Amino acid sequence: MLTIALSKGRILKETLPLLAHAGISLKDDPESSRKLIFDTTRDDVKVVIIRAADVPAYVNHGAADIGVAGKDVLMESDVSGLYEPLDLRIACCKLMVAGPVDGIRANGRLRIATKYITSARRYFAAKGEQVDIIKLYGSMELAPLVNLADCIVDLVDTGNTLKANGLMAYEHMADISSRLVVNKASMKMKHDVVKPFIELVSEAVKQRGHAS
Amino acid sequence: MAEFPPGDDYWLLPEGVEETLPLQAEHLETLRRRLLDLFYSWGYELVAPPLIEYLDSLLTGTGKDLELRTFTLVDQLSGRMLGVRADMTPQVARIDAHHLKSDVPVRLCYLGEVLHTRPDSAMATRSPLQVGAELFGHDGVESDAEILRLMVATLCAAGLDRIHIDLGHVGIFRSLARAAQLSDVQEKILFEALQRKAIPEIERFLDALPIDDALSEMLAGLANLNGGKVVLEQARSLLKEADASVHDALDSLQQIAAIMRDSAPGVTLHFDLAELRGYRYQTGLVFAAFVPGHGQEIARGGRYNQIGKVFGRARPATGFSTDLKTLVALSPSEAVHSMMIFAPAVDDAALHKVIQQLREQGERVVVELPGQVDGHQQMRCNRMLVQSDQGWQVKPFG
Repeated sequence: MLTIALSKGRILKETLPLLAHAGISLKDDPESSRKLIFDTTRDDVKVVIIRAADVPAYVNHGAADIGVAGKDVLMESDVSGLYEPLDLRIACCKLMVAGPVDGIRANGRLRIATKYITSARRYFAAKGEQVDIIKLYGSMELAPLVNLADCIVDLVDTGNTLKANGLMAYEHMADISSRLVVNKASMKMKHDVVKPFIELVSEAVKQRGHAS
Repeated sequence: MAEFPPGDDYWLLPEGVEETLPLQAEHLETLRRRLLDLFYSWGYELVAPPLIEYLDSLLTGTGKDLELRTFTLVDQLSGRMLGVRADMTPQVARIDAHHLKSDVPVRLCYLGEVLHTRPDSAMATRSPLQVGAELFGHDGVESDAEILRLMVATLCAAGLDRIHIDLGHVGIFRSLARAAQLSDVQEKILFEALQRKAIPEIERFLDALPIDDALSEMLAGLANLNGGKVVLEQARSLLKEADASVHDALDSLQQIAAIMRDSAPGVTLHFDLAELRGYRYQTGLVFAAFVPGHGQEIARGGRYNQIGKVFGRARPATGFSTDLKTLVALSPSEAVHSMMIFAPAVDDAALHKVIQQLREQGERVVVELPGQVDGHQQMRCNRMLVQSDQGWQVKPFG
């Protein structure tokens, strides 16, 4: 039995066609159903739908064998029990430092508002810069406007939200996309199922790359 | 937090630290004795290194990883830093190198509590009961295979089945990294990405390096060299151009696999040439055991030929260790045999004699205390001593 952990929304929508290439389709529509565990067209495969940020924990503990998680989530989570063998090249965006269009008037330490505290801390430490980090859960763009922070670290897709709030991107920290993650023990004990699955999904990723 | 007013929390234990309650403790002790008997029968001698040591000697020859995992304190007598052991393997290697100084192969085993500042993996204990065996003084697949077979025997003694063994060899990556002349930092980055099999990152990293394509392809290919025995054939062709030490490593993996297939046919073998657990001090074969339903490795080991050097005497060494608490948690429980006999509170010489005889036969007898009301079930008694014409006799309850 293989359990795959996915999260609702963009990742789910873009992952389903990749799973279809591996012969896996959900028997119910996850967007309308309130179920959390879904049967699939393959008897030996189940899909669980969970919060994106929970995917590393499920896969790390082996509660799911395989999962799809954004690189942003993986960079934040401190787990060592999983492999990230495949870049699915979906849900692409950038992790960036952003702030007011007219620049930062910071004296002393920079105050950074972000949901991505681990990535932010590592990034500025690697630059040799000591910063103060404020953990927020959403609407990071507000923080510089009300002087809660000097700048923000956030995912940027089109940049429209930044622009609408008088902010601009300063620095590109990392390219983010969704990764296929695999529990280490599952990779070893179920390799006869897991490896062909990775092959098929990898094939689907390449085909889609050529098509677009 | 008015919603959760603070209460008495004297019962609260630190995270990752647990106490073992009666039934489980009995199970643990039963297994502990069985394992020590097993090691004894294989000719392994028991050693007991100290719980605390001077920090520098505890960490000599080990890596930064172990330093971060070690609890430290100051010795009030000498003013020096002490460490609480986080791993007994280096201590046992020192015993071999410094105290025994033998020229024949030495087989040692050990069992004891270690402490970790941080859990090894999610939900893992920070106070494992480490148990393991080490074989010093022989360099070759025969001693690796002996240790591997003893590890399997240990897991079987704990009642585990469907055991999967993951085999790897650090010599392969080390030799390729040397050929590519990677700097320490580069090697660390690549090592870290290999541990996650983050193939996209590995490829991007290698593309940016000024090393020749053939070598880069071999390094990148490591992350895909995992699976059943077909992996060894794939490795032969992918690593064809690599130097002799890589082929020696593949040879030894092949030999080990053949030995294990003959001697432990129930065990599933898996190969992973990018698995580099203990990379800092391992020098050859590395392995770990997994069982279905548990998302983390349950035992690990391998060859480490260099560690004795810092204690004055480099000796080839190979060994394995596991955590008794993990084994107990995973093994089927076996508490049925431990039911007791209830003896009434009667002052009778004949009764005392019968009780003593029963205890000598290995039965567990508890004596009623005056004023006690029933409760033999809570006390796990299924029989009692009753006086009849033939004297005191054991009768089932009910």
